[in-house]
Amino acid sequence: MARRHEAPRLPGLVQTRGGAQEKPIELPAVAAAAVAAGAAAAQADDARARGRGGAVGAGATRADDVRRAGRLGSMASVALSEAEKVYIVHGVQVATPRRQPPGFPWRCGWRRALASLGRRRPGGVLGLPDSLSFSVASPCSSANATPEFEGRGGDDLGTEIANTLYRIFNNKSSVDLKSLCISPREHCWILYVDVLLLECGGNLFDTICIAVKAALFNTRIPRVRVLEDEEGSKDIELSDDPYDCIRLSVENVPCIVTLCKIGYRHVVDATLQEEACSLASLLVSVTSTGVVTCMRKVGKGSLDPESIFEMMETGKRVGKVLHASLQSVLHKEESLGPKRQKVGFLG
Amino acid sequence: MAGLELLSDQGYRVDGRRAGELRKIQARMGVFAQADGSAYIEQGNTKALAVVYGPHEIRGSRARALPDRALVNCQYSSATFSTGERKRRPHGDRKSCEMGLQLRQTFEAAILTQLHPRSQIDIYVQVLQADGGTYAACVNAATLAVLDAGIPMRDFVCACSAGFVDNTALADLSHVEEAAGGPQLALALLPASGQIALLEMDARLHEDHLEQVLEAAARAARDVHTLLDRVVRQHVREASTLLGD
Repeated sequence: MARRHEAPRLPGLVQTRGGAQEKPIELPAVAAAAVAAGAAAAQADDARARGRGGAVGAGATRADDVRRAGRLGSMASVALSEAEKVYIVHGVQVATPRRQPPGFPWRCGWRRALASLGRRRPGGVLGLPDSLSFSVASPCSSANATPEFEGRGGDDLGTEIANTLYRIFNNKSSVDLKSLCISPREHCWILYVDVLLLECGGNLFDTICIAVKAALFNTRIPRVRVLEDEEGSKDIELSDDPYDCIRLSVENVPCIVTLCKIGYRHVVDATLQEEACSLASLLVSVTSTGVVTCMRKVGKGSLDPESIFEMMETGKRVGKVLHASLQSVLHKEESLGPKRQKVGFLG
Repeated sequence: MAGLELLSDQGYRVDGRRAGELRKIQARMGVFAQADGSAYIEQGNTKALAVVYGPHEIRGSRARALPDRALVNCQYSSATFSTGERKRRPHGDRKSCEMGLQLRQTFEAAILTQLHPRSQIDIYVQVLQADGGTYAACVNAATLAVLDAGIPMRDFVCACSAGFVDNTALADLSHVEEAAGGPQLALALLPASGQIALLEMDARLHEDHLEQVLEAAARAARDVHTLLDRVVRQHVREASTLLGD
């Protein structure tokens, strides 16, 4: 059987646009992360045989006792007959858990997301709290992903994603909002997170979250100085050195792990087909230390409280490994510097 | 010319190219598995992604179905992070609608629509980074995507922009050259027959110079054709190796 998914190919998903964007940008360095990944759609047969764990572009690990499935909100439709569904469900339930060495690459199937961060410094907005300013701006589901997103079709999904991301990221515990503050109650940076969805292949939230985290890691914010003259009016001075910038700490930025309930088992990193067979799934956002910061049930089915705890445990474990792998990939990418091989559509 | 010298005395442009020189073009077909056809192109720093679905049944209102040919539906959108200034709306604004319409005209001229009556062909183009010549990049990407989808066409559609500075026609304008505000011509060419699928010009240009600019754009479009042809052949070669032929 072709086991494409097991090829130890770490999709080096992070595509920085800092240097690539050569047009005059008012604030340099736009960070973008492209989470692209390989992997086949789980055909029912290999779904059963491989019993693999989740896959996320960053290259993470597989969880031992999980397989995949579940369908979120209004996503690209996938045509699956009853028999095929039964086959997948049985495949998941029968799958014998196998241990995989940690660091086993996860893959995302057909899903690609681009996240980009822009920064804007609002001029003298009064009454602004100390340093809040994280805005997840309407993720755009491009019609590229599926024709259903043409026109206003992707808006619902966009809003759903935006709200979820906003809830996860816009708090002091995940992003150090203090560092985005220029002068308290007057000026602060606003981070715009733009997510562009290019293709839907299941496990959307996890992929997007990884893209956003990678983009946050990559973001560089120019250092500014606030000069105050005698009359008390403040002047903001931008540093001339383009390399004089601050970076955000992504230590506490959580990642979402979606667990899909298929039959009586649950899986991570479900493919579109598996999502179609799942009744409900649980979104758990986990930090690198395994702390759950947000949880949401999605899908039309219902979940047993007991299985929710079980899924949370899996989510925590998978999340930790995911963070570790993502972190190592990001650092490796960065250490390569300009020699970094660009991974994009041409790669 | 105030400020920026677009063409030096030695005949070099701002980015070091000669007047008739194209930016580096890299392209790839079949980037997505779900779509019927897809392609990605980089022309210098302009990056575009095109996806084709169809021919399929008419989606939405049946009244739109054409009894004698296929309906070509184009949507242009550019990512919010594609330009230096963050865009608010990725699609649906006036410029995007116009671009969609232009793409539609271009591809109605090239696709053999009469072969698929009462059906629809969707072409979605997404600009990931805009650095001048977005129309040209979109057309070139869409051509590759339509070819990837296996939809019969009269010919490749190859597009290129051209401008006119200091009595010299410049091919393939970059963002800096476009922003300078000179005349700007966008041309979509069917290279085999030499026919023009779309021609559009902004700003004012003396009639005497038109031929020169048109010629520069057409020559550049033929160069683009050579490159795209190479990409298609490479793709087919790879695909046939995978099939084991």
